[in-house]
Amino acid sequence: MSANVQAIESYRNSFLKEVEANVEEGDWVKMCMQCGVCSGSCPLGPYWEHPPQEIFMLIRAGKREEVLKSSSMWMCTSCYNCIARCPRELPITHIMHGLATYAERLGMAPKNQPTRKFALKFWDNLTKKGRVNELKLGVSLYFMNGFVEGIKTALKAMPLGMNMYKTKRLNPMEYFGGHGVKDTSGLKAILKKAEEIELAKLKKTDA
Amino acid sequence: MAKKEYSFYPGCSSQKGASGSNYQVSVDAMCETLDIQLNHIPDWNCCAASIGYAGGGELPRLALSARNMALSEQAHPDQDIVATCAACWLATRETKERLNDDEELMKETNEALAAAGLEVKANKKVRHMVEVLIEDLGYEELGKHVKKPLEGIKIAGYVGCQTNRPFGIHGESFENPVYLDKLTETMGAESLPNYEKKVQCCGGALAFSEPEKSQDLVKGIIEAAYDGGADMIVTPCPVCQMNVEVYQDQINARHGTKFKMPVVYYSQLMAVAYGSSAKEAGLDGNIIKAKQLEDIAGK
Ligand code: SF4
Ligand code: SF4
Ligand code: SF4
Ligand code: SF4
Repeated sequence: MSANVQAIESYRNSFLKEVEANVEEGDWVKMCMQCGVCSGSCPLGPYWEHPPQEIFMLIRAGKREEVLKSSSMWMCTSCYNCIARCPRELPITHIMHGLATYAERLGMAPKNQPTRKFALKFWDNLTKKGRVNELKLGVSLYFMNGFVEGIKTALKAMPLGMNMYKTKRLNPMEYFGGHGVKDTSGLKAILKKAEEIELAKLKKTDA
Repeated sequence: MAKKEYSFYPGCSSQKGASGSNYQVSVDAMCETLDIQLNHIPDWNCCAASIGYAGGGELPRLALSARNMALSEQAHPDQDIVATCAACWLATRETKERLNDDEELMKETNEALAAAGLEVKANKKVRHMVEVLIEDLGYEELGKHVKKPLEGIKIAGYVGCQTNRPFGIHGESFENPVYLDKLTETMGAESLPNYEKKVQCCGGALAFSEPEKSQDLVKGIIEAAYDGGADMIVTPCPVCQMNVEVYQDQINARHGTKFKMPVVYYSQLMAVAYGSSAKEAGLDGNIIKAKQLEDIAGK
């Protein structure tokens, strides 16, 4: 059984329970009083199909697909405005990240959402060497929409790259090595173990 | 005053050749004047910022910051951790607090760290450089070292998000923090206390992935600075600095604006006021030149 089918089976009746068990800080969702302050505080909120308040409502209404397939939470900038203002003190930022992580794990995240692609590249870049290489990240970002599109985006950003380059803030040598941690194998072992522990817990609550 | 030492978490953006490398240069100059010694955490790793969640779950992300803390505990047991990047600071401090109030998370994190023979206690303070300046030295002490007051420059203090929320600087409000204004004035420049976009988000990492949406936010931040008569913007965060400075050409092309607003770090203001050269203050790293600061530095 795929992870997704498994998750549906065990939470047939309650998406809220599923979120409480499997999403970071998910047990806070029931505390939301639907005041709407978070939605009004969200910098890219106007672009979200379902701003945070609505996401919480949809979770309680059991709209599993609508929530997990949504591109909305991928547009969270982690500005913490919502958290600073929520009268119920919900860790909204973390729940948005948690929903995105969960949707990604279940393979339900919108494939072409640009921040999703960027965030996955970022993680990849980081876990390979332990540090983020901005140039590599930039280059793969430009090419993330395919080669031709990539060239176009790269050209558009050219003057920007040149400016950064001239001020020595984007060193091309970085691309061929760049900074990384010495103990990459240790770092990888830590991440692997952490992932194992977390996934084991997901399964446990599934059963 | 005796030398102050801290366990320093530099973060990726400060690396040689990276976008915030000139921030680091100015921080070094500032610290030299203030007799602050930053001891780099050996073999630190990236913290995944606020964008690691797509590929990394909660525990792997916490483990990243925990590894840095563990290395700091080993190498500099009696020193607070200090970061200059708002996102690094936030991720590390959040990890510390979450490990402290959740025994299970602490146990699991240590299980993960054990895979590399490490252990974390998470008992150190995790601080932003600005906190060190304000709390451990204080405005009065910071003012004593001023050799060249930044007279005649009007500066909008752009605090942004992550140095402000959810933790913020002790004693400051979320909606109207004043520490950047105070630092600006301590250096002899004029601040813009009613700067409207002081705590407006710039789009953060989404500047890369959703450039047009983020640039609309940045446009507002710059416009408000012009409206207030500012000559330049000052920030405490390498991501804010980059986002507000480097896209001005693209915004101009898209909106027909004529933005050319220098965006500098608080540490650059301080280094110049303390008598550093333009190069020591990292001014050569600014894409939009901060001419008035260069002039003062050259005097
Ligand atoms: S601000 Fe808090 S209580 Fe209000 S809708 Fe948002 S999450 Fe719910
Ligand atoms: S942290 Fe995310 S969800 Fe909260 S206001 Fe900012 S962008 Fe919106
Ligand atoms: S916040 Fe940014 S600069 Fe700091 S370590 Fe993380 S990714 Fe690197
Ligand atoms: S203002 Fe922008 S860069 Fe600075 S912390 Fe907020 S989102 Fe990050």
